[in-house]
Amino acid sequence: MKTFGGPVLFLDRNDINTDEIIPAKYLTENAKEDLKPFILEDLKLPGFDPAADAKGAKVIVTRSNFGCGSSREHAVWVFEVNDINVVIAESFARIFRQNMFNCGMLAIELPKKDIDALFALGSGVTISVDMDKETLIARGSREFTCKFALNSFDKDLVLAGGWLAYADKKY
Amino acid sequence: MGKTITEKIFAAHKRDVPSDNNVVLDIDVVMCHEITTPIAVNDLKARGMDRVFDPKKIKVVIDHVTPSKDSKTATQAKILRDWARRNNITDFFDIGANGVCHALFPEKGFIRPGCTVIMGDSHTCTHGAFGAFAAGVGTTDLEVGILKGVCSFRLPETMKITITGKLAKGVYAKDVILRIIKELTVNGATDKVMEFCGPVVDGMSMEGRMTLCNMAIEAGATCGVCLPDRVTAEYLWPFIQDEYADIDAAVEAFRKWHSDADARYVAEKTFDVSALVPQVTYGFKPDEVKDITGMVGTKVDQVYMGSCTNGRIEDLRAGAEILKGRKIADNVRAILSPATPKVYNQAMEEGLIKIYMDAGFCVTNPTCGACLGMSNGVLAPGEVCASTTNRNFNGRMGKGGMVHLMSPVSAAAAAVKGYIVDPREMM
Repeated sequence: MKTFGGPVLFLDRNDINTDEIIPAKYLTENAKEDLKPFILEDLKLPGFDPAADAKGAKVIVTRSNFGCGSSREHAVWVFEVNDINVVIAESFARIFRQNMFNCGMLAIELPKKDIDALFALGSGVTISVDMDKETLIARGSREFTCKFALNSFDKDLVLAGGWLAYADKKY
Repeated sequence: MGKTITEKIFAAHKRDVPSDNNVVLDIDVVMCHEITTPIAVNDLKARGMDRVFDPKKIKVVIDHVTPSKDSKTATQAKILRDWARRNNITDFFDIGANGVCHALFPEKGFIRPGCTVIMGDSHTCTHGAFGAFAAGVGTTDLEVGILKGVCSFRLPETMKITITGKLAKGVYAKDVILRIIKELTVNGATDKVMEFCGPVVDGMSMEGRMTLCNMAIEAGATCGVCLPDRVTAEYLWPFIQDEYADIDAAVEAFRKWHSDADARYVAEKTFDVSALVPQVTYGFKPDEVKDITGMVGTKVDQVYMGSCTNGRIEDLRAGAEILKGRKIADNVRAILSPATPKVYNQAMEEGLIKIYMDAGFCVTNPTCGACLGMSNGVLAPGEVCASTTNRNFNGRMGKGGMVHLMSPVSAAAAAVKGYIVDPREMM
């Protein structure tokens, strides 16, 4: 089974939209790999350098309503081609969340107190995700473990490798 | 227990229930444009699945960047064009016949009460104005829609938005929806359907209802929806006249989709709009909205009128009321993009295009273009645009640019003055 986890990129803001994740001018690319350099290019956060800070990250931890705005799946693909396959947030915009599961990636929702606890771990944090036990372990300045819940259908999509593979078999 | 319109549409389209929370629906209309479809087309080809579930149910338009601005956008258009031909998709709209998808497809009569619609475009929620379930989706959902004619959704909860009172002069559907988004915030309706009802909605044209539903996504909603009535039937009549004896019969048939009196809503909100004044956004989120009176004097470099939110004939007429006999300010450049060829033609016949051009507007062909900063009016860093579009995100119309969302009348007034102004003073 696909493994989920690794070094964390923290994005400390609510309502990060898909225009910030991948600006519209790059939507003219017809290969997912070509999106790679433009990850989070229009996201303005204090001290945040998109290309440098995203390097090596495999997990994003962020606040509420992540991925709002445009339906562009490019926002998921730009993470995928940068080896990020888990986003952990207080909440997601519907289309972004569905796009993640449709691509066989994980969009994990946690209560605010758990998100706060993850942010409190400081820098150099690594998260490992156990999908079977629906548990994640974060290691930073200390260790933090919490449970999460996945909708059974979303889990099936991840296990199937995405919605196309799932739908092609079933419908 | 009674059902909402959305629950009725879900029940009538249920293909599968893969979990307690999810349902897979049969989709009646799969709409495609050249930005989010080509990667799906290429993927289907690579998988040896280059086919469509039903060419009659797939509607295709090149609208986001048209005419193509460079070889990349030309390639996207070509992928779409070749695919539509290869798969016998006859409802394909190319240069000369193309327009902004959410204005064009309703005009063609493709959206009917009770139908299900998806598109790889978040503003697909616009089509809920016809009493349909219409949702924006990503490219993978679109790809499965093209291949299998199905799409999965979580079971929808509905928020009932009742709009009462009477709109004052200078206040339009755009002002109403901006006010509602301010109240709900950008994720206040996430995973919910916003059902718009009440006397103000009943009295709105289809154009006004489309403006309302169009921005439901800006509150996070899956779809906006209005109950189909006589206004809906009259708009659709040229396309449905063979199906019903007369308009009364169509109105009666549409009633089966109406939410039941005892339907359950997750929330109910009432907005009395009698005292509402023109609204405008001030920040980088569409819920950062205030009365235009609080923004008067904000200098603008560009005025943009068009888009799936406000590029329809009523919008052009409203803007022209302000512009007639006036000139735009020296410090402003102003762009009008009628949303479809039909709107453009009608505006010419009504003398509106001349009014815009005499005022100093540049009138472009129908396209999404500048709304998402792709072409036809991208801002330079530091520039400010008064715009009738739907998103004011940081960088949306060009890196470093600032967008203030407002109604066509407010935008036209800003063009004349060169700064944001209360349009009611000019009416």
